[in-house]
Amino acid sequence: MNKATIDLWVGIFVTIGLGAIVFLALKVGNLTSIETKPTYRLEASFDNIGGLKLRAPVKAAGVIVGRVESVKLDNKTYEAVVSLRMDNGYQFSKDTIASILTSGLLGEVYIGLEAGGDPVMLADGGRISKTQSAVVLEKLIGQFLFDKASSGSAK
Amino acid sequence: MPSSSLARGVRRIGAGTIRAVSRAGFAARFFLLVLRHSPSAFHRLQLTAREIYFAGVLSLVVIMVSGLFVGMVLGLQGYDALNKYGAGDSLGIFVGLSLVRELGPVVAGLLFASRAGSAITAEIGLMKTTEQLSAMEMMAVDPLARIVAPRFWGGVIAMPLLAALFSVMGVFGAYLVGVRLIGVDNGTFWGNMQAGIGFWPDVTNGIIKSIVFGIAVSLIAVFEGYDANPTAEGVSAATTRTVVGGSLAILALDFVLTVFMFRGLGSG
Amino acid sequence: MTDVTFGYDRRRPVLRGINMTIPRGKVVAIMGGSGCGKTTMLRLIGGQLRQQTGKVLVDGQPVKELSRDGLYALRRRIGMLFQFGALFTDMTVYENVAFPMREHTDLDETLIRDLVLMKLNAVGLRGAAQLRPAELSGGMARRVALARAIALDPMLVMYDEPFAGLDPISLGVVGQLIRTLNDALGITSVVVTHDVYESLKIVDYLYFVSEGRIISQGTPEDVRKSTDPFVRQFVDGAPDGPVPFHYPARPYADELAVRAL
Repeated sequence: MNKATIDLWVGIFVTIGLGAIVFLALKVGNLTSIETKPTYRLEASFDNIGGLKLRAPVKAAGVIVGRVESVKLDNKTYEAVVSLRMDNGYQFSKDTIASILTSGLLGEVYIGLEAGGDPVMLADGGRISKTQSAVVLEKLIGQFLFDKASSGSAK
Repeated sequence: MPSSSLARGVRRIGAGTIRAVSRAGFAARFFLLVLRHSPSAFHRLQLTAREIYFAGVLSLVVIMVSGLFVGMVLGLQGYDALNKYGAGDSLGIFVGLSLVRELGPVVAGLLFASRAGSAITAEIGLMKTTEQLSAMEMMAVDPLARIVAPRFWGGVIAMPLLAALFSVMGVFGAYLVGVRLIGVDNGTFWGNMQAGIGFWPDVTNGIIKSIVFGIAVSLIAVFEGYDANPTAEGVSAATTRTVVGGSLAILALDFVLTVFMFRGLGSG
Repeated sequence: MTDVTFGYDRRRPVLRGINMTIPRGKVVAIMGGSGCGKTTMLRLIGGQLRQQTGKVLVDGQPVKELSRDGLYALRRRIGMLFQFGALFTDMTVYENVAFPMREHTDLDETLIRDLVLMKLNAVGLRGAAQLRPAELSGGMARRVALARAIALDPMLVMYDEPFAGLDPISLGVVGQLIRTLNDALGITSVVVTHDVYESLKIVDYLYFVSEGRIISQGTPEDVRKSTDPFVRQFVDGAPDGPVPFHYPARPYADELAVRAL
């Protein structure tokens, strides 16, 4: 076991070890472009964010264009203020609609953006004014039962 | 007389506890000594590189093959369970999270404790038995700096790399079983995995865990070797203590770390 | 070099009231049965142990009061030959002898090579430089350890049971080496052993130790003519005498009688 052989093997070991970590970071985790490319910030307020989690994706037409950075409660309006970290490459108009959606029935919760026609684009720190809150299943059922009850009594 | 045997039993427990506590204190002091003597381990990089070889490179086969098998079993069992809820497509994220957060650091750590940890303890213990450590001391070379510290750091550096390799092989094994064998869609497998696992909490926490495990196991291994009774039985007992103690330490630390790291995620 | 040692007390005193002087340039043997504290004395000299009472002076310096650096400086001037050699098993013979040089000097490799070969030549093992300790016989390992002990030309060499377990030829070789190296290099040698025959051939002075005390001392001539019963038992190799044959036990008749019941 001479020095050169040991050094060689240690070098190989450390290289593939670090390579494994990089692999895990990129392919398995999602150290994607959002973390490495330049980004800007947008804000949106919702009545109810449902199951929206931190780092949930922001998608437009199904393509990931950003991530949820933080979620706070506005003390005066009691609305949820969500901060979005957006990829610089994608600009959105001032009248863009931000909705809280679920991918599939049991899938993860994300923010979907529908662009509007306004020629003025949102800049860093801008606010999306048109928002649609999450659909909360219990409220939906309650609404359905209420409608049923009121339509029944109306007869 | 029943009372005297009871008293004897209590005294033994007391003595045993005192011994255990004083040993723990000695171990803590030992840890600080090893740290103090560490700079020389890095000046003489050759020494540490040699230990990385013995701890890491020689463990490669065990780790990678085990990782492959664990991944394959995860793929099989995971698919079976997930499919019952129609969530077979989530196999990727299930396997990925299990490996990166838990199985990678923990299983690789346990294997490391058994293979490399016991080897380090046996080596140091044997050097103590054959008076090599004494001889070195008498030649005015501190064995802590020249023998113990490089082995400690070799283990600490090797552990996270081994854990990452274990996880990668595990994912690959699950891929083989899930995509190639069972027929989960390739894109779905990787796509869901990527969507569900973040570098920030998941991969980095896994890395932190493996570093903590590496420190714990390496410390136990060098300590038991250094503290071993200089006889054949002594070295054998020390080796056993390294494997058992190291394994228990990993599992206990895993619990503590998991509570701190992943407690908030469910509600996030 | 004077080495004045008083006793030291621990919970179970191993050495009691030891007074010993080892003159510079001489070979002195410390003899006694197994477990009488001979190796402990070497460890006191080398500073691995600290005595409870009394003084250990090496070259005029009190060993107990040396700082860490002072102790290491002292150890660089002392060579020690451990029982069975204590060679580093992961290195070759060459690297073992080169070890102290590489650790403590800045000599470059060509110079170290010459020195190592010179030391190995002195013990007759220059040709074995590339072997590993596992490939050496007991006697050869002992000689390599000797070469390593004198690697830095120490002023004092301590030998812990250098004759233990050797065949007659190796015994003679090691004994001769101890004597010739001592005289050729002008060093002082302390030999801890229980091999009377070899010791009487090579040493200048002997101390006899039993149960932690110095029982007797003298030159080889004195020892051969000694009438002290302990010395006589030792030199003649008699099984029974001041050092009893039987480990302390109850009277034999009593033990048998009990069992017969």
